Amino acid sequence: MTPPASGLKVGLFATCVNDLMFPETPRMVAQMLGRLGAEVVSSPKQTCCGQMFTNTGYVKQGLQTVEAYIDAFSGCDYVVGPSASCVGSVRDQHSWLTKDHPNLHQEAVELSAKTLDLTEFLIDVLNVDDVGASFPHSVTYHSSCHSLRITKLGDRPLRLLRAVKGLTLIDLPDADRCCGFGGTFSMKNPDVSIAMATSKAKAIANTGAQFVTAPDNACLLNIGGILHRQQARIRPIHLAAILSSKESA
Amino acid sequence: MTAAPIVLPRDADGRLTPAPPPGELIDMPRFPVNAKHELANTEQIGNLERATATIRGKRAARASEVANWEELRSAAEAIKNKVARNLDHYLLEAEAKLTAAGAQVHWARDAEEANRIIVDLVKQTKAPEVVKAKSMVTQEINMNEALEAANIAAWETDLAELIVQLGHDRPSHILVPAIHKNRHQIRDIFVREMGIYGTPAPAGLTDNPTDLTAAARTHLRNKFMRAQVGTSGGNFLVAETGTLVVVESEGNARMCLTLPDTLISVVGIEKIVPTFDDLEIFMELLPRSSTGERMNPYSSMWTGVTPGDGPQNVHVVLVDNGRSTVLADPITRQTLRCLRCSACMNTCPVYDLVGGHAYGSVYPGPIGICLTPQMRGLHSAVDLSLPYACTLCEACVDVCPVKINFPEVTINLRKDVADHKRHDHRPHLETTAISAAGFFFAKGSRFTLMTKASSLFGRLFGWKRYFKGHTPWPAKVWTSARDLPVPAKQSFRAWWKKNHERS
Ligand code: SF4
Repeated sequence: MTPPASGLKVGLFATCVNDLMFPETPRMVAQMLGRLGAEVVSSPKQTCCGQMFTNTGYVKQGLQTVEAYIDAFSGCDYVVGPSASCVGSVRDQHSWLTKDHPNLHQEAVELSAKTLDLTEFLIDVLNVDDVGASFPHSVTYHSSCHSLRITKLGDRPLRLLRAVKGLTLIDLPDADRCCGFGGTFSMKNPDVSIAMATSKAKAIANTGAQFVTAPDNACLLNIGGILHRQQARIRPIHLAAILSSKESA
Repeated sequence: MTAAPIVLPRDADGRLTPAPPPGELIDMPRFPVNAKHELANTEQIGNLERATATIRGKRAARASEVANWEELRSAAEAIKNKVARNLDHYLLEAEAKLTAAGAQVHWARDAEEANRIIVDLVKQTKAPEVVKAKSMVTQEINMNEALEAANIAAWETDLAELIVQLGHDRPSHILVPAIHKNRHQIRDIFVREMGIYGTPAPAGLTDNPTDLTAAARTHLRNKFMRAQVGTSGGNFLVAETGTLVVVESEGNARMCLTLPDTLISVVGIEKIVPTFDDLEIFMELLPRSSTGERMNPYSSMWTGVTPGDGPQNVHVVLVDNGRSTVLADPITRQTLRCLRCSACMNTCPVYDLVGGHAYGSVYPGPIGICLTPQMRGLHSAVDLSLPYACTLCEACVDVCPVKINFPEVTINLRKDVADHKRHDHRPHLETTAISAAGFFFAKGSRFTLMTKASSLFGRLFGWKRYFKGHTPWPAKVWTSARDLPVPAKQSFRAWWKKNHERS
C-alpha cells in the first residue's frame, strides 16, 4: 500500500516560535509527514507568518515576512505548519498585506490557499484520522482562539486525539475562551494577560488531566508559564507530540 | 391656578444630582494602567464574571434557535452599509418626515453644540428637571453634567442607570450600566443616597431584588408624575417615516416618552434605517443579541406629535460628534453599523476581567476600543492605548449582529498608532525593538543569525531550561508571573541543516 502522502511535496512551515523555542515540534512533524510518504522540504529562507508585526500595526515589516514566506515555499504542493495561529495569519493576512504589490499578491494568494495546519493536512488532504499514535495518559484540549475562529479547525484536532491509543480525553470547561496570550498583547497589557492566563491555567489544572495540549505552542507557552511557576502537576504538550508518540501503556 | 414651582433640594456639594467621579474620561491614563487598577477589585471581577456568563449563555440560546440567524446578520450588515453610503440622503429624508409630523429637528456637530441645544430647549420650558430614558449618546456627550451646570436636574430612570447615578459612579456597561455592582452594594447605595435626591429608601430595605426594584419604583414615581420634560435616545430612526424607536425592558422609557409635555430625543446620525420594513430585521436581532430575549418587553415607536396624546413638543437632536470623521474611512467606518447591543463586550475576555471603567470611554469592550479612538481621534493617552486592549481572540466577531470585523478595524487603528509613534519625534522602545526585529525577520539568512545568537543566550547566563532571577526587557514583562523557557540550544533550522543538508 502506498503511504497516503506519497508524491506530495510538502513545505514544512516551522514558525518562528517553534524554530527558536520548541524545535522538537516541527522536528516531529517532519518525521511524521515523512512516515506518511511526503517529500518534506524546509527552506532556511522561511522566517515567520508576520502576525507579530502586522497585529501590532507594523504593516511594512509584516509585508517583508510575506516576501520571505513566498521565497521559502513557492513550488510546494502544500505548506504545513504545527501552528493554527500562524497558518491562520498566512491565510487571513497575506492577501491583504500584498494587495498593493501586484508582483507578490498573486503568489501570496495562491500560497496561502495551500497553507494548512497539520490537522487539516492529515484529515482533509490525507484522509487520515488515526496516525497510529499511542499515548496512555489523560489529556485536556485547549482549542486556541485562532484555531477556532480564524483557521477554523473545528473538531479536527479532537478527531485525531480520539484516535490515539490509550488516550483519555477530559473536557475543558469554557474551552473557547482566550488564554490571554494575544502575541504582543502579553507585553503591552501584561497584567490583564497574566490574569487571563491564570484563570485559564486554573481551569486546566482543575480538569485533573496529566497533560494539556493545543494546536499552538504560543498558547502553551503562556499557559505553561503559569503552570510551571505554580509547580502544577499538569504538563503542556503540543498536539503534534501526542500524534507522534509511540509510548505504550 | 398654576402649581407652585418645584424647588429641588441640593446635596452637601450644592448639587441637584449626585456628582459623578471627578475628571473627564478622555483624560484617564492608558488602558493598561486603568486595567491594573480594576484587576485589584476582586469583588467587581466576581460580579462581572457571573453577569457576563449568564448573558452570554442567554444570547447563544436565543441566537441559535433562529434558523436564518446568519442571513439576518448579513441583511442587517447590508442595510447599515447602505445607510452609511447614503447617509446624507437618509438624514435629510428623516428630517423632512419628522418636520412634517410636527417634530423639530436640531443638528449638533459635537457634544458642546448638542448640550447647548438641549439646555436651551429645557430652559424654554422653565422646568427645573428632566426625566431620562436610558441613552448612550447622552452619556457620550455628558448631557447630565451640562444640565446640572445650567441648574437643571437630569434624573436617570433606568434601574441600572439610577444605581450608577445614585452611586456617584460611571456606567461600566452600555446595556447593564451597574453590572459591576452586586445587590448588597446596591442596597447600600439606595439607603445612603435616595433620601438626599428625593423619596428615601423604605426603612429596613433588604437586598432582595424585588425589594430593590420596589424601592427604585417608589423613588422614581414622584419624578415621573411631575416631569414636564423627558429625554431619550433612539435605537432606530426610520428615514422613510420619521419614526423613532426605543426598545427597553423596564417600561421607564415608555413613561419618559409619554408622560411629559416636552420630549427631547438625542440621536446619533448613524441610527438611521431606511424603511419601516427594514426594522423587522433589527427587531429580531437586537433583543436576542443584547438581553438574550426573543423580544424585548417594551418597544416604543412614535412619529412626531400626536395631538392630544403624549408629548406635544417633540424635539429631535441629531448628533454627529465625530461620526462623520469615522464615515470618511471606507475600512473602519463599519463601526457605525453598531446597534449598541453589547454582545461584543459580554463575550470579550478582556472586558470580563477589567469591566467598563478601564476604557476611558462610555463605550467599553470590542466596540469601544474600535469606535472611541475613531470618534475622538488618536490624541489622548487612553485613546492611543485602546486599540491594543485586545488579544485578537475574535470571540466578538462571532456574536456581533451587524458583523463588524473587529480585528480588521483594530489592526488598522494599530497601524495608525504605530505611524503616530514613528512621527512624533520621540523615542519609543517598541518602535525601535520592532524595527530591529523586522530587520531579522525580513530574510531567512538574517533570521538564522538571530537563532544562533539566541541559542547561546541561555548558556551565556547559565540558565538551563527557564529564565531565572532578573531577566532583561522584554522578557521581564513576561516573567513577573510566568516562567519563560530559554531559547532552544539547537534551533529547528540548525537541526534541519545538520540532518538534511549534509554536503
Ligand atoms: S459592535 Fe456589534 S456586538 Fe458590539 S455592541 Fe455594537 S452591534 Fe453589538
